Amino acid sequence: MYRYNEFDEAFVRSRVAQFRGQVERRIDGSLTEDEFRPLRLMNGLYLQLHAYMLRVAIPYGTLRVDQMRRLADIAERWDRGYGHFTTRQNIQFNWPRLKDVPDILDALADVGMHAIQTSGNCVRNVTADHFAAAAADEIADPRPIAELLREWSTDHPEFQFLPRKFKIAITGSPNDRAVTKAHDIGLRMVRNEAGEPGFEVLVGGGLGRTPMLAQVIRDFLPQADLLPYIEAILGAYNLKGRRDNKYKARIKITVFENGLDAFKADVEERFARLRSQWSGADQEVLKEIEAQFVPPAFRNVPVDEFEAFRAGNAVFRAWADTNLHPHKVDGYAIVSISLKKHGDTPGDATAHQMRVMADLAERYGHGELRVSHEQNIILPHVHKSDLPAVWASLREADLATANIGLVSDIIACPGMDYCALATARSIPIAQQIAMRFEEMQVEHEVGPLKIKISGCINACGHHHVGHIGILGLDRAGVENYQVTLGGDGTETAAIGEKMGPGFPAEEIVGAVERLVLGYLEIRRDAEETFLETFRRVGPEPFKGFLYGTEETADAA
Amino acid sequence: MSRRFTPKVVSANHLLEGDAVWLTEDDRWTRDMAEAELIEDEAHAAIRLLFAKGQPGVVVGAELVDASAGAGGPVPTHFREAFRTHGPTNYHHGKRAEGLTPRGKIPGNETLSNV
Repeated sequence: MYRYNEFDEAFVRSRVAQFRGQVERRIDGSLTEDEFRPLRLMNGLYLQLHAYMLRVAIPYGTLRVDQMRRLADIAERWDRGYGHFTTRQNIQFNWPRLKDVPDILDALADVGMHAIQTSGNCVRNVTADHFAAAAADEIADPRPIAELLREWSTDHPEFQFLPRKFKIAITGSPNDRAVTKAHDIGLRMVRNEAGEPGFEVLVGGGLGRTPMLAQVIRDFLPQADLLPYIEAILGAYNLKGRRDNKYKARIKITVFENGLDAFKADVEERFARLRSQWSGADQEVLKEIEAQFVPPAFRNVPVDEFEAFRAGNAVFRAWADTNLHPHKVDGYAIVSISLKKHGDTPGDATAHQMRVMADLAERYGHGELRVSHEQNIILPHVHKSDLPAVWASLREADLATANIGLVSDIIACPGMDYCALATARSIPIAQQIAMRFEEMQVEHEVGPLKIKISGCINACGHHHVGHIGILGLDRAGVENYQVTLGGDGTETAAIGEKMGPGFPAEEIVGAVERLVLGYLEIRRDAEETFLETFRRVGPEPFKGFLYGTEETADAA
Repeated sequence: MSRRFTPKVVSANHLLEGDAVWLTEDDRWTRDMAEAELIEDEAHAAIRLLFAKGQPGVVVGAELVDASAGAGGPVPTHFREAFRTHGPTNYHHGKRAEGLTPRGKIPGNETLSNV
């Protein structure tokens, strides 16, 4: 995995020292809040409802053991003993005190981490497939490219004051687990007919108040052209993007208002000009980065014990059936650790749990952890013979919930419980839905179903791409929850369709229950997923389940 | 015609801790909304807000927020403000963990009674 070189180290340390001085000057009154605010945001420090919040970048969702342990230390020493993993593969600490933040940033720098560009109108943390370098369906590991983008975009002088924030996601697999179509730029690694590596480049996706799916701006971009092409896109956006209206400032609006063709023409013209200025130094850097992403020394030992244990232990089997994914290497599995225990806060892990996961990664996982945008933790490389031991340790730490991809594996933003922008709560709704389905014991029967909850229109909880999306709003001083159906964040991406009137907090769980039970009634067979059924029958039967306005018996 | 003025309190976040604070009649910043000054006059509200904004070394984001007279002091009229007196609902952290009595109504949380 990537380790900082001298330049990274010096840059991050100098940034911490600068921020330490800025905090001191804010506290002694030399800086006003108006002066300080952009400085703290550049370093990931927000002011929320009850406290400051520090958002720490986890580039492309990859963590080393020492880094996870350090996050645990920070949670314990400077926060309230836990951290919140987010849909952008970051971690947020909800309770830091202003004067402690420079020390926290120094502690992060010790393990090659930072909070730079986790806020502000700049290129944010580059996210990637959380199964990168492990997935059986992968063409290539996207993380070296993500690291190249991180280095290039960090403190990039031209792109520190874009019209609005800018999010890039990359996947190396045709099965899109990185929601690339909902990003400002989505990159899909592909090969051309000659077998050369390159990218399908998507632009102008985003959720928020104006959800849009990204469009293909280049169907094949050679790998060596990536940075000049991204520079051309950002350059075009930097000039054309609207700065007069915050709600129209994202690149999705720029592309929409100018039209893809006109925007593309601008990008291509810039690219033609810029390309010759790139001498190839970036490709040299990429080679150095790639050398740091060597595959681990995979073992080749029998898996008989795993098979025997699986056959003999129903609880383990249930976990293995939902929480394991196929690995590209025989005998290995990708382990998803659910941070969605029924009734708990989605995405939260205690310091103890972080240490347990770090220990497991160290002992059984070739030293690697990942954060998924679905707010779970991944051990990407575990030999199947070690799975019984891994599972036993996870159980002891309350981390063995067998619900990956099921109803209770809910994405939820912090919502009104923490966020200054929220219009309603998300977390309690997620908790109640999970508990309801736990009581009903139908999760496994229901099968793959993604519920995503946002506590405001900004859509941090990705509700637009939830099979069931829930948006919390403030209706005349009361929390109200609007339902969207049929959203999809994968390679078959779709924006969910808004149903009718929203539901008050005490009715939304029942509404979701009716949707799911209704689906069970009308699905073609046990193989047809919720999303497939919705696509087959359309919204009307589901509206019937929600509002009782339809003869549901005829709907199938 | 301008809208009728509704009672307000001055609220902000504390610079160092970041938590919610309210301005008292005797010019202190309190963590307990019960101690806040309930302002019923528009001109006085403007003066109090100016006073609050004149303390950038103590608080951040001072603003007027709606409140009403309740048992033993002002109570929030909107649930967002009630959250600020309560802390998050998923953990026992924040104001109520510090021994302060939450004020106002949080929907679905009817255990709070001082409205």
